Amino acid sequence: MLFNDDIAAIATPPGEGGIAIIRLSGSSVIEKVSRIFKPYNPEVDIKNKPGYTMTLGWILDDKGEYIDEVLVSIMRAPKSYTGEDVVEINCHGGILPARKCLEEVLNHGIRLAEPGEFTRRAFLNGRMDMSQVEAVIEIIRAKSEKSMKLALKQLKGEKKEDFNRLEDILTSINAAIEASIDFPDEVDEPDYAGLEENIKIVLDEVNKFIEAARRGEVYREGIKIVISGKPNVGKSSLLNLLLRKDKAIVTDIPGTTRDIVEDYLNINGIPVKIMDTAGIRETDDIVERIGVEKSGQAIKEADLVIFLLDVASGITEEDIRIYQGLNKEKVIVLVNKEDLAEKNISEEEIKKLFGGVRVIRGSVKEKTGLDELISAITEMVLEGKTDYDGEELIFNLRQQKALEKAREHLISVLDSLGQVPLDCTAVDVRGALEALGEITGKNIKEEIINRIFQDFCIGK
Amino acid sequence: MITYNAGNYDVVVIGGGHAGCEAALASARMGCKTLLVTLSMENIALMPCNPSIGGPAKSQLVREIDALGGEMAKNIDKSHIQMRMINTGKGPAVQALRAQADKYEYYREMLKTLLSQENLDVKMAEVERIETVNKRVTGIVTRTGAKFGCKAIVITSGTYLKGRIIIGDLAFDGGPNGQFPAVKLSDSLRDLGLALGRFKTGTPPRIDRKSVDFSKMIEQPGDERPLRFSYISPRVKRPQLSCWLTHSNKRTHQIVMDNLDRSPLFTGLIKGRGPRYCPSFEDKVVRFSDKKSHQIFIEPEGRSTDEMYVQGMNTSLPEDVQLKVLRSIPGLENVRMIRTGYAIEYDYVIPSQLKPTLETKEIENLFTAGQINGTSGYEEAAGQGLIAGINAALKVKEKEPLILKRSEAYIGVMIDDLVTGDIDEPYRLLTSRAEYRLILRQDNADLRLTEIGRKIGLVNDYRWRIFCEKKEILEKEIERLKETTFTPADEEMAEFLTGKDTAPLRDRVSLWEILKRPEIKIKDLVEEGLVDDNDLDILEQLEIQSKYEGYIKKQEEQIKKFEKMENRAIPEDIDYSEVFGLSNEAVQKLNEIRPVSIGQASRISGVNPADINVLLIFLEKKRRK
Repeated sequence: MLFNDDIAAIATPPGEGGIAIIRLSGSSVIEKVSRIFKPYNPEVDIKNKPGYTMTLGWILDDKGEYIDEVLVSIMRAPKSYTGEDVVEINCHGGILPARKCLEEVLNHGIRLAEPGEFTRRAFLNGRMDMSQVEAVIEIIRAKSEKSMKLALKQLKGEKKEDFNRLEDILTSINAAIEASIDFPDEVDEPDYAGLEENIKIVLDEVNKFIEAARRGEVYREGIKIVISGKPNVGKSSLLNLLLRKDKAIVTDIPGTTRDIVEDYLNINGIPVKIMDTAGIRETDDIVERIGVEKSGQAIKEADLVIFLLDVASGITEEDIRIYQGLNKEKVIVLVNKEDLAEKNISEEEIKKLFGGVRVIRGSVKEKTGLDELISAITEMVLEGKTDYDGEELIFNLRQQKALEKAREHLISVLDSLGQVPLDCTAVDVRGALEALGEITGKNIKEEIINRIFQDFCIGK
Repeated sequence: MITYNAGNYDVVVIGGGHAGCEAALASARMGCKTLLVTLSMENIALMPCNPSIGGPAKSQLVREIDALGGEMAKNIDKSHIQMRMINTGKGPAVQALRAQADKYEYYREMLKTLLSQENLDVKMAEVERIETVNKRVTGIVTRTGAKFGCKAIVITSGTYLKGRIIIGDLAFDGGPNGQFPAVKLSDSLRDLGLALGRFKTGTPPRIDRKSVDFSKMIEQPGDERPLRFSYISPRVKRPQLSCWLTHSNKRTHQIVMDNLDRSPLFTGLIKGRGPRYCPSFEDKVVRFSDKKSHQIFIEPEGRSTDEMYVQGMNTSLPEDVQLKVLRSIPGLENVRMIRTGYAIEYDYVIPSQLKPTLETKEIENLFTAGQINGTSGYEEAAGQGLIAGINAALKVKEKEPLILKRSEAYIGVMIDDLVTGDIDEPYRLLTSRAEYRLILRQDNADLRLTEIGRKIGLVNDYRWRIFCEKKEILEKEIERLKETTFTPADEEMAEFLTGKDTAPLRDRVSLWEILKRPEIKIKDLVEEGLVDDNDLDILEQLEIQSKYEGYIKKQEEQIKKFEKMENRAIPEDIDYSEVFGLSNEAVQKLNEIRPVSIGQASRISGVNPADINVLLIFLEKKRRK
């Protein structure tokens, strides 16, 4: 724990809300945020803004792409919650963009705050009076203990056994390496083939945990689906069908939906925010043009896009132009209006244009293909895993990062195995084990040493 | 007994084993008037157990002692009968040098060094009492009535404290190797308020070379090339004596099983906890009953003796059973036993009572080092002796103490483990105890520690000159290797790389990068005329630093994080019961261990991350007041 470096965390509770706030504190957070923040007004620079001001703009990723449109509030030391310079990023898109923004922030030399750290700084900087001290320490204490225990408590039954088993395998591997290093006369070098096999087993398990964590996140935090397609292809009708109510204005005149219409629904237990975008087309209508711009942004942020085609009108140049703007990995193509007699989209065309993409034929009007669409959505967001067993793991961001660190080390072991000597391999095996130890709170070193003496006949 | 005033010293070292020798030499070399008191002049630097020095973690440790200006490395270089580099295929961090010692020569060389050391007197006596005034040492009293005044004391009494020897159902008071135990000193320490624990260790029988049939054993010769521990010893190869390998068998194990009812380990006669890494043979047979055979090494104890050490046969079985066990082993059918194996129980000072300087928290200027602190191994003892000697001298001179960090040296790892943890078996260094193994290599101990040794005054001009020259050449060579580049158009380089079965260059690449390729060795570059034929140590450094740069950098990053916590000092006078929010267990442990830094505090068992948070806040608040 440090007291003067820059920290950040999502300050709003998890779950879907209108906004999410990332709070940052530290002496150079304003400067660091300014590196990834692009204000609407190019003349504005948050570095020069006084305290208690807000600026509208975008958070950008390292490629300069927009992550989210945000409001940035600046509070300058000592007039802030912590007494240090504080920035609050108001992400208007809910928790998922907030997480992406947070990750971007963490890539810029700002670290994830520990539980209770903002409060702690506030206390240290004299922002609280002494009578509050004891209460604050109790809170900090409770928070740091809770964050350690939380995930493990949530692990139950088989999952917990799985976790223990992989930690056990890794401890054995590490003990075998260490024993051969520390007791070369008594213990042979570990068998590399077996070692590789075991590391792969562990990596597999770690990947499963990471996937499960991500799936858990899907259930907890929900996903965004955007309905896209040329005007009058049936986007609003699909939205209405899914919501079973008339929210969007449905007419036969192209371009009726001028802004994004959004609502929430629940698909197989997953909270979904679904958005009907304005028909994307070249237009002079200023109102519609803003809608088109906004829908481009929505598509970027979406976890999934349902792209609609009109079987009667065939695949037009406009369809192709819109489709090309989509991320192919996140698209489901729905060929609509199959109820009509006129069919101008052949299987060959579909294969040629949408190879590898999920294509569903149906009719929004006749409600055909709807079940198929729902299961396709579920499968895609759960990455092919439909065997949802109700025990999805909920790891917090810190624990998820620990799992990812473990994975990184395991991959490094596999990449370098046999090419580097054992002492280097040991660095990554130990690294993986330590990363898991951050989740379980075990004393890795003692475990390994105990295992050496338990498994190997040592002693001359 | 009427006592008489026998003189005054700055530092008195009690015990002439591996810890005592280093402590006394360090203190004397740092300019303190020093007295070494030993029970027997014949037991200076005695190796009562295995006749070897080095091996994994220990070899790194010996080189650290050397870099700091200690004696062990130089002494074994002068007196070994075999040297081998082991773990060579497992990487530079764990590669380790191991020497078989001539026990007698080792003793003679060390004795010579002690007796010729300026500022150092050696006396044969049994110390009966430590004298203190206001919890601060003032002197010692010997059994024969000599009273020496002093400013600091280092106790390095090994396993002699209330030593008790056990062989079968026979048990008697004694020190190792047939020596007398130190009984009264143990009581004196208790009287001073130190808590003592009891450990057990053991040693195998010794046999007569003339009764061994080596034709049934596998020869274990030393390395061909000249090897050395000390960075300043001459590179010469001494005549090598071989060790021999044989194996126990089913019959051996049956004899052990049939006689377990006579083993003090199983009858309950032995109560002290023994080391897991050095179990008795009977323990191995019982615990690993599925193993059909165990390795037994037969090792010479010196050039001038026929006595040989039976490595792997450490036992406290009755003498007649020991003989039967030995004679069931190939090559030992007609063996004659010279010394019987035994177990020894002894008192040790529970080391959490020590500061990281090895000074006791209870009595000012009283230091303990070596096996008395619950460790095992000559190297571990010597490392502690050196640090205790240095800190005793620094204390006398009223200078800042020397505390090596876990990221700086195995010595630091060891002492931190001792003073922070709860040890429940004799402590031995293992490379797996070190978090930053890739940095704490045996090849770079001089680069890590010589400057520290120079600062405290233990590195003499000769060693310093050699070090500075090495460092200068090394730095220049690294720079040159990084600046010398080649392009795919360089035909000679292309030919060289093809010859080494490695891919041709694609871009402009430095020699430093080329050396990183697994197929390219530093000696290839020397042969090719691309690198000067420098001293072997320098070539080795170039190779290791280039090839492992990626991993080394990874560890250096980790060290940076680690040191942030280590550098956060905790004031000595803090009363933990006044820190609001600490758990009761944490208060008790912290008050007992009194960690010097937040880093050390976080390693105490029973102190959890929440406690550390609370403590950090408390300290920060205090600082800002």
